[in-house]
Amino acid sequence: MTAYAIDVEHLSKSFRGKRVIADLSLRVAEGEVCGFLGGNGSGKTTTMRLLCGLLLPDGGRGTCLGIDLLTGADEIRRQVGYMTQRFSLYGDLTVAENLDFVARLHGVRDRSAMIREAVERAGLGGYLHQLAEELSGGWKQRLALAAAVLHKPRLLLLDEPTAGVDAKARREFWDLIHEFASEGMTVLVSTHYMDEAERCARVIYLAGGHLVVQGTAAEVVAQAHITVIEAVGGAVETAAPRLRHQPGIETATVFGRALRVTGSDGATLRAAIAAAGVGAFDWREVEPRLDDVFIHMLNNPPAGISYGEEG
Amino acid sequence: MRLFAWQRFRAMIGKEARQLRRDRGMVALTLVLPMIQLFLFGYAINMNPRHLPTALVSADHSRYERDIVTALENTKYFDIHLYPTEQAAEEALRRWDVMFIIDIPPNFERDVLHGASPSILIDADGSDPTAIGNATAAVTALGANVLARDLPPDPRLRPAQAAYQTILHARYNPEQITALNIVPALIAVVLTFSTLVSTAMAITREREMGTMENLLVLPIQPAEVLLGKILPYVALGYLQVSLVLSIAVLVFGVPVAGSLTLLLGAIGLFIACNLALGFVISSLARTQRQAMQMAQFVFLPSMLLSGFLFPFRGMPVWAQVIGDVLPITHMLRIARGVLLKGNGWPEIAPDVWPMAAFGLAIGALAVLTYRRTLD
Ligand SMILES: Nc1ncnc2c1ncn2[C@@H]1O[C@H](COP(=O)(O)OP(=O)(O)OP(=O)(O)O)[C@@H](O)[C@H]1O
Ligand SMILES: [Mg+2]
Repeated sequence: MTAYAIDVEHLSKSFRGKRVIADLSLRVAEGEVCGFLGGNGSGKTTTMRLLCGLLLPDGGRGTCLGIDLLTGADEIRRQVGYMTQRFSLYGDLTVAENLDFVARLHGVRDRSAMIREAVERAGLGGYLHQLAEELSGGWKQRLALAAAVLHKPRLLLLDEPTAGVDAKARREFWDLIHEFASEGMTVLVSTHYMDEAERCARVIYLAGGHLVVQGTAAEVVAQAHITVIEAVGGAVETAAPRLRHQPGIETATVFGRALRVTGSDGATLRAAIAAAGVGAFDWREVEPRLDDVFIHMLNNPPAGISYGEEG
Repeated sequence: MRLFAWQRFRAMIGKEARQLRRDRGMVALTLVLPMIQLFLFGYAINMNPRHLPTALVSADHSRYERDIVTALENTKYFDIHLYPTEQAAEEALRRWDVMFIIDIPPNFERDVLHGASPSILIDADGSDPTAIGNATAAVTALGANVLARDLPPDPRLRPAQAAYQTILHARYNPEQITALNIVPALIAVVLTFSTLVSTAMAITREREMGTMENLLVLPIQPAEVLLGKILPYVALGYLQVSLVLSIAVLVFGVPVAGSLTLLLGAIGLFIACNLALGFVISSLARTQRQAMQMAQFVFLPSMLLSGFLFPFRGMPVWAQVIGDVLPITHMLRIARGVLLKGNGWPEIAPDVWPMAAFGLAIGALAVLTYRRTLD
C-alpha cells in the first residue's frame, strides 16, 4: 500500500457564499513531486491553505502526513513547509534575521548549521545582511524557499515559487525541488509554466475548484484524445482568426511562424480547415502538449461540472 | 504542542523589538507626541461643574448652621452630606468621595450672637482646580446676609461686624495651578494614545502586509504572539512615562508626594489594559485604517469622560458610568492621587480593582478573538 502525504476527500470551501473549492478529492504519494496547475482563480492557493490549516474547510475530510486536517492543525504546522504565493516574510528584517526567526519558531535544533545549509542551497550567501524588502523579486523567492525548508518539513507546499524568477534561476529552483524530493520530502508545487509541469512526476489540473485531470504528463496527454496539426508559413496571422471560429476547430494559435490548430480528431480538423478556405498550408500532425490538453479540458468540461467564468 | 514555549516567545519579542527599532517614524512619534501633548494641555479649559459632593462636619447644630447649609445648597454647587467626625471627612476627601469639607466650629450660634464673628473652615480639593473654582467663588459671594432672617430683629442685638467668616483652604494644590491637575493626568493620556495604537496596529499590520499568512502557518501559539508583541511596547510605554514625569516635575513643578514605585506599578497594569484592548481591536479590524478608526472610538470617551478635560463630577450619571468602566478614569485618579495627595495603597486600591477587572476581561477577549486561520 502506498503511503499518501496528502489524502483528502470531498473538500469544499466558500467565501461569502461563493464556492471556490468544490468536492475536491486529492491524493499525493509520499516522496512525489506533484505539479499543481490551473488558471487564475481556479483554487490552487485556496487548496494549499486548506492543506496547511490556514483555512478551515466547509466540508470534507482528510489527512496531511497522516494527521487529521480538522484536528491536527498544530502538528501539521510543524511538519509542513509552505511557501506563499505573495512574499510573506518581514521586509524590515534582514535575510539572516528572517531565517533566524522562522528557525526559532520551529524550535530547530542546531539552528546556525541549519540556517547555513538553507542559505547555501538557496545561494543567498551574499545577501545575509540585506533587508528583505530590498531584495529583487527573484531573490525574495529564494529567501522564501529557504525559510520554508529550514525545519526539514516532510511535506513542502510551494505556491508559484518561480513566478518572476529568471530562466536560469528557475532551472536551479527545480533542481533544488528534486533534491528535496530525493531526501524524502513530498512536494506539491503550483505553476503556470508548462515546462515546469513536465518536470513533475505527476500533475493535477484544477478548474473552477474542481479537479479536472491528474496523472503523469504523458498519461494526461494520452487521455485527452485531441489532435494537433501545425503549419508553417508567412500568412499565419491572418488565417488564425478565421480558423478560430470554424466549427470543429477548438483553438487556432500562432507561435512565431507556426500556426497550431487543435480539435478532437484529425479528419474533422482537416475538413474544417478546408471549409474555412484560408489558403494552402502544409499541415502536419504533431504531438499534443500539456497546455493544448488543459485548454481542451476547459472547453469540454465533464458532464455536470461548470468551471465558472475563468479559463 | 505546548501552549507556551520560551524560545518561541523570545523569538517573537526579538522580532517585534527589531521592527520597532527600525520604525523610525514610530519611535519619534512616541517620544515627540507626549511632549507636544504635555505643552498643549499644560493649560486647562475652565469648566463649571455643580453638585460637588461636600462633607459637613458640625460641632454645633443650630439654625444658623441650617441657614448656611441651605444657602450653600441653593448655589447648586454643593451636595452636602453629614460626616460624624473630621477624620471621616478627611478620609473621604483623600478617596475622592467628596471635594469639600465644611467645618462648623463649636459654639457657632453663641459666637454669632455675641458678635465674635466665628469662622467656618472650608477645605477644598485643590488637586482639581477647574472643578472647585466656581464653587469656591460662590461661597465667598454668599456673604453674611444668609443669616439675616434668623438674627435677632433688634438692631442693637445684632453683631457689629460680619456675623461669621469663611476661611477657604485649597488642599493639595494651594495655588490652584491647573497644570498640577492636567500634567499628572497626561501620563495616562499619552499612554493611551501610544500603547493602544501600537498594538491595534500590531496584528492588522501583519495582515495587511501579508506576513500574517506566514506567521499563522508557523507553529506559534496565540499567547506567544500576544505577549511577544506586547512586551516591547510595554518598555516603550515606560520610556514615555519617564519622559512625561521628568518634564512634569522639572518644568511644571508637579510634586511627587506619594510612592513612585506604587505609581509605576499601577501604570504597568494600565498599560496592560490598553494593550489588551489594542489587541482586540487589531483582531477585529481588517485594515490598519479600520484599526485607527476603532482606536479613535476609544480615544474620544477616554478624553472626554475620564475626568481629563472636563471635571468628572460635572458629568451626568450615564457619562460617569461609562467613564468608570474606562481604565483611564482610574489611572487619572491614581496618578493625581499619588503625585499630588501622596495617596498610598489603601486610597488607590478602589481604583486598581476596576482596572484589573477590565484588563482580565479584555485580555480574555483578546485571546478569544485571535484568529488562527485566514477565514
Ligand atoms: N479570502 C478570500 N475571500 C474571498 N474570495 C477569495 C478569498 N481567497 C480566494 N478567493 C477567491 O477564490 C478563488 C480561488 O482563488 P485562489 O487564490 O485559490 O486561486 P489560484 O488558483 O491560486 O489563482 P492564481 O493562479 O491567480 O494564484 C478566486 O476566485 C478568489 O477570488
Ligand atoms: Mg494562487
